[in-house]
Amino acid sequence: MELDYPNMIASIPLFARAAWTTLWIAASGILLAGAVGLAGAFCLYLELPYLARPIKAYIEISRNTPLLVQLFLLHFGLKVDALPCAVMALAFLGGGYMAEAFRAGLEAVERSQVESALSLGLSHYETVRHVVLPQALISAVPAIGANVIFLLKETSVVSVVAVTDIVAVAKDLISLYYETAEALVMLVIAYLILLTPVCLAVWRLERKVKYAVFGR
Amino acid sequence: MPFSGAEILFDPANLARLGEGLIVTVRIAAISIVFAFLFGMVIGVIALSRSGFVQIPYQLFLQAIRIVPQIVWLFLFFFGFARLLGWNWSGETTGIVVFSIWGAAEMADLVRASISSLPAHQTQSALALGLARSQIYLHVLIPQAVRRLIPASINLATRIIKTTPLLVLITIVEVLKVGQQLIEAKILTNPAAAFWIYGLIFVIYFLICFPIAVLSRRLEAKWSAQ
Repeated sequence: MELDYPNMIASIPLFARAAWTTLWIAASGILLAGAVGLAGAFCLYLELPYLARPIKAYIEISRNTPLLVQLFLLHFGLKVDALPCAVMALAFLGGGYMAEAFRAGLEAVERSQVESALSLGLSHYETVRHVVLPQALISAVPAIGANVIFLLKETSVVSVVAVTDIVAVAKDLISLYYETAEALVMLVIAYLILLTPVCLAVWRLERKVKYAVFGR
Repeated sequence: MPFSGAEILFDPANLARLGEGLIVTVRIAAISIVFAFLFGMVIGVIALSRSGFVQIPYQLFLQAIRIVPQIVWLFLFFFGFARLLGWNWSGETTGIVVFSIWGAAEMADLVRASISSLPAHQTQSALALGLARSQIYLHVLIPQAVRRLIPASINLATRIIKTTPLLVLITIVEVLKVGQQLIEAKILTNPAAAFWIYGLIFVIYFLICFPIAVLSRRLEAKWSAQ
């Protein structure tokens, strides 16, 4: 297997710059998704009138459609610019998954916890803030971690709406130099560098949570 | 502006072409799911072994498949291996191979987890009652594991279906590509074509995946209640 190593090394700055784009889209998309998900799950948990149905519908729609089609519909159908479109689509998709994760976490907090807190004289706000949320967030950690990794990987399709992420750089290099294998090997390495620390961090966090909840 | 021009959806010729594209999508997804489930079950049962000769290659395989996005695997198999190894696979073959390998890895992990997460006392009680190893698997472990496995594997099937739009990037003329062609043909006369066509494809994917997701959830609720 003969690879053009000098050219691969020369392409590192291009991948590095594009990696920032990938990370930036992933970070803002995931944060927005987390906010949407937490808000949605909270509305469902508080059983707010009128909101439950639209939120449930949103969760089902975002989870049961592919990101690529969401991107196409936003960018070509609704004429949203490439970069905001990528972030919005990621937040739309991720919001549904995050809402499910938070909802499961909130449901895992036993009813007796709330009742005990209220009977001890805590206000509703204090009950949610000091009793429900800490426990719910802890038990949602594994699902949220899995979602973060999933969404970071999903950013790999944003190049279809002309965002210069690392996949776009690899595609450009292929069409410029026709060095397909070299560009793709660099792409795999770039994803390994981006994803390995995130995966390790999530595993560590999961282990800590498990230890905190169940002991050794 | 973008809300006129819906007549593009009422042209039977357009719908027929989208239907043909959809058949390609469903065919690739269905074949991949079948292969993924078959290979996944075999690999998953093998992965129950605690031997390092099994665990090390299994974990390497699983984590390698998981950490690299599917789009990169598709590019590697379609463009990369054609260049490096001289393989000359069609887009459809590549799609089926990549989705089968990815699906098999995920399925294997589901199978392994569903059997190994059964409490040890199930095996111990069965042994104490005098059941043979094969009887334990047949009458005690597998019936319980299957109930955990089926909802999760149905979920995996929807994940594979939701990944099929990526096939458009390796030159397969599936439903999304047909949609692009229809839009490009009408772009001058109907600027809102993209909204309606992609909107329709969005709805089609939802109508395929949502019922499957509901089925998975119902089965899970039913079996976890027992």
